[in-house]
Amino acid sequence: MAEFNLPKNSRLTEGKTWPKPAGSNIREFKIYRWDPDGESNPRMDTYFVDCDDCGPMILDAILWIKNKVDPTLTFRRSCREGICGSCAMNIDGLNTLACTKGMDEISGPIKIYPLPHMPVVKDLVPDLTRFYAQHASIEPWLKTDTPAPEKEWRQSPADRDKLDGLYECILCACCSTSCPSYWWNGDRYLGPAALLQAYRWLIDSRDESTGERLDNLEDPFRLYRCHTIMNCSNACPKGLNPAKAIAEIKKMMVERQY
Amino acid sequence: MAKSTNPFVTPTARVRGLGAAKSGTGHFWLSRVTALSNAILTVAFVIIVLKLIKTDYAGAIKLIGHPVAAILMLLFTLSAAVHMRLGMQVIIEDYIHSEGKKVVLLALNTFFAIAVGVAAAYSILKIGFAA
Ligand code: SF4
Ligand code: SF4
Ligand code: FES
Repeated sequence: MAEFNLPKNSRLTEGKTWPKPAGSNIREFKIYRWDPDGESNPRMDTYFVDCDDCGPMILDAILWIKNKVDPTLTFRRSCREGICGSCAMNIDGLNTLACTKGMDEISGPIKIYPLPHMPVVKDLVPDLTRFYAQHASIEPWLKTDTPAPEKEWRQSPADRDKLDGLYECILCACCSTSCPSYWWNGDRYLGPAALLQAYRWLIDSRDESTGERLDNLEDPFRLYRCHTIMNCSNACPKGLNPAKAIAEIKKMMVERQY
Repeated sequence: MAKSTNPFVTPTARVRGLGAAKSGTGHFWLSRVTALSNAILTVAFVIIVLKLIKTDYAGAIKLIGHPVAAILMLLFTLSAAVHMRLGMQVIIEDYIHSEGKKVVLLALNTFFAIAVGVAAAYSILKIGFAA
């Protein structure tokens, strides 16, 4: 059955409240903590951030906490400008990038959890092994049998335009981990991120493996678990539309039948 | 599937699983087509029911017995039963993850849709041919 309750050892408990700094511009943060080395359940710790002493983004705030309050707080980040996809987490109920989400976009205490329904490595770091394997499974590279041309594979500007809105994906996993179908059937359903990339290669005019690519997707679970719930497109911090890409793949499937 | 819990199986082997079933498009397309036919036939069905409200028993038998009404109702029954079976199948596949239970429920779903469809069709035909 689909899981509506977390297993006993994953249930959240009330955590520690860390000291409040002096100052007039203080924001409250409630952050998911889980330590793989201990025996205890995950907990929600409360932190207070001095916004006069820190940058405007959520990432700035959690870095401030890590540097000034609690060095054990664990999360991923790299580029701090929305291009590496490392800092994806569930902020104020929506999967997004901590580095591009401003604190001023949220009112009240700011709640942060790891991306939903993924195994947790530690604190805000989810295990994305399967997510990456799913991306690899759609073979995200140009596949050709024609001998490579002396220079580049050529493509008309109009065909190149078709890749816009697809190639920009940074594989942050915000979309897939917001998708209920991916929660319930992530072991067999490829999820919106992998399918958006699948479509990116399906409509690349230079690719010669379109048919095989469709063959590998034509499956009640791999593709057709998408029920057009649209959470994915709602979550994508890059403004991409995986739900539409998936609908286009389904169209191609029907098209080759008739 | 045992593979999904076996720690020695690589993530790639797990994701590839048993491979693509190479099906699902027929199911997807038929559920769209029956959604369309349901929408059209529901209008006809509602019109027939509205007419029935205003008639007595003998009038009702006569109305349902009319070939156009009977055929529309038979089509509605068929379309709705097929659509119901497809939709319920998706729900079972979404939420039931134990293989044994799933297979049993999928079979029961098919039986149920056929039984409901045949029972409704039988009733319409009985009235139709008696009238
Ligand atoms: S549209 Fe499809 S992929 Fe996107 S959230 Fe819904 S089911 Fe998931
Ligand atoms: S489609 Fe958007 S949300 Fe999904 S992985 Fe790519 S960038 Fe992230
Ligand atoms: S740190 Fe790179 S996307 Fe946020």
